[in-house]
Amino acid sequence: MKCKLALSQMNTVLGDVAANLETHLKIIEQACAQQADLLIFPELSLTGYFLQDLVPTVALRPYAGDPIFNQLLQASRRIDLVVGFVQEDERNRFFIASAYLSGGELVHIHQKIYLPTYSVFDEGRFFAGGDRVSAFDTRFGRVGVLVCEDFWHASLPYLLWQDGADLMIFSSASPGRGLTKEPQLDSARWVDHINRAYASLFTTFVAHTNRVGFEDGMNFWGGAMVYDPNGNVLARAPQHEEALLFCEIDLNQLHRTRARLPLLRDERTAMVQRELTRILSNGSQPAGR
Amino acid sequence: MTDLSINTELATKILSDFINSEIIRTGYKKAVLGISGGLDSALVCVLAARALGPKNVLAIRMPYRTSSQDSLDDADKIIELSGVESLTFPITAMADALIESTPDMDTTRKGNIMARMRMIVLYDQSAAFGGLVVGTGNKTEILLGYTTLYGDSACALNPLGDLYKTQVRQLANELGIPPAIVNKPPSADLWAGQTDEGDLGFTYAEVDQLLYLLVDERYSPQECIAAGFKEEFVKEVMRRVQRNHFKRVMPPICKLNNRTIGYDFLYMRDWGT
Repeated sequence: MKCKLALSQMNTVLGDVAANLETHLKIIEQACAQQADLLIFPELSLTGYFLQDLVPTVALRPYAGDPIFNQLLQASRRIDLVVGFVQEDERNRFFIASAYLSGGELVHIHQKIYLPTYSVFDEGRFFAGGDRVSAFDTRFGRVGVLVCEDFWHASLPYLLWQDGADLMIFSSASPGRGLTKEPQLDSARWVDHINRAYASLFTTFVAHTNRVGFEDGMNFWGGAMVYDPNGNVLARAPQHEEALLFCEIDLNQLHRTRARLPLLRDERTAMVQRELTRILSNGSQPAGR
Repeated sequence: MTDLSINTELATKILSDFINSEIIRTGYKKAVLGISGGLDSALVCVLAARALGPKNVLAIRMPYRTSSQDSLDDADKIIELSGVESLTFPITAMADALIESTPDMDTTRKGNIMARMRMIVLYDQSAAFGGLVVGTGNKTEILLGYTTLYGDSACALNPLGDLYKTQVRQLANELGIPPAIVNKPPSADLWAGQTDEGDLGFTYAEVDQLLYLLVDERYSPQECIAAGFKEEFVKEVMRRVQRNHFKRVMPPICKLNNRTIGYDFLYMRDWGT
């Protein structure tokens, strides 16, 4: 089975959901014109990233009754979508969220679990952190979605792997930093390393997209990439430029790779559970010390 | 020696995109900068011309009567090389009106007056030209506080503020700034024979090595001394960085109400754009 992915590395208008929705609808048209099956937008694609006190004013409830989400749900009858937004829950907590929409329905919401609150990041001040990670079924098989800092914690891709995800969808709004002699920023190199590692270690597809543009002095570097279960790069978008990257993935590659390299078969999850229980039972000594 | 060299192609791409983005999104399409004949303003001039097109950039020469002819000539070279619009606006009359009001004014005060007069000219011309003022300060001088508050530090956006002087030099070389401009001793040109390195008491090459470890690599002063820097040098640089921090932040507002600008009224400048 084949699936044609489209990865959007768009720019956003900070805090202007209506303007960003218009951009989404235009990109959806472009992706549909190329017969893509699944279009992935970056983290907080409907709002922009450094929202600070704008968070409560841009928050959405991802249901058909919401005028913004309604248009995206309608569009998802033509193409599956992953969109990034601020979600306000029933108790008025605000989450960084990514929603998977298909066939006019909300299939899955992932609330970002790890909120970086260091360096240029201040997410923990403005957002609640999610507390659940699960894979979910789509018409292309079982999929997992994570947002930016989430995939810097190896436990989350691992859990998605064990929950059946054969395609991991990662979205980011990654501020570029670390200018050296190399032709890309440190931040771009780091993300490439870990995503390639996940694809290789979990013999799975990884699709990562990241926004572009500036917010004040912060640049976002783009560089969307798709990796196959052998850890090979299938497609790569330019860095620091708006782009829509298309990549057809052949899901039968999972069969071929896992026949060669049965890491999933051999993974000893019961031992992981037992040892983790032992380590965590040393309650006064987290992280083993 | 730490290698501070950068990928100049990537730096040029990010910096020219930054200048373009931060001007266009505010509804402008033009930039104004003061051009001294020195390295920093030469580089900003070339980057702004790339970002916006040379006809959308106005480089203003603002000589005082003691400014060296070499500086003016070097500024002309950059204006010609980059193809930007230019203007010469001498500040002697306006600066002397203030300087001559006080007998025996010291050189620091005179220098600050000149820097602030230039700021007034730049902001006035930016209104006439319909552009934003692009700053030319680099990371080394911002960290050391070698700048006049509300003078040369005043600008709407600052492309070079995260590049050490050593890196500015490398980038300028790569972008075709003439070697005579890249290699001449940096000077604020506030009086004859003045050089930055003479004022500071150390070279940019030396202090960039130290600042990179202290700031970017988060070394403690003790670790810098262990890495081979002289204790007095480390202490002097730390003292400068700390004492001049006031130049790098907005003036503190006394909090009285529930929501206060700067503390818990938090928005990016690019809010809504």
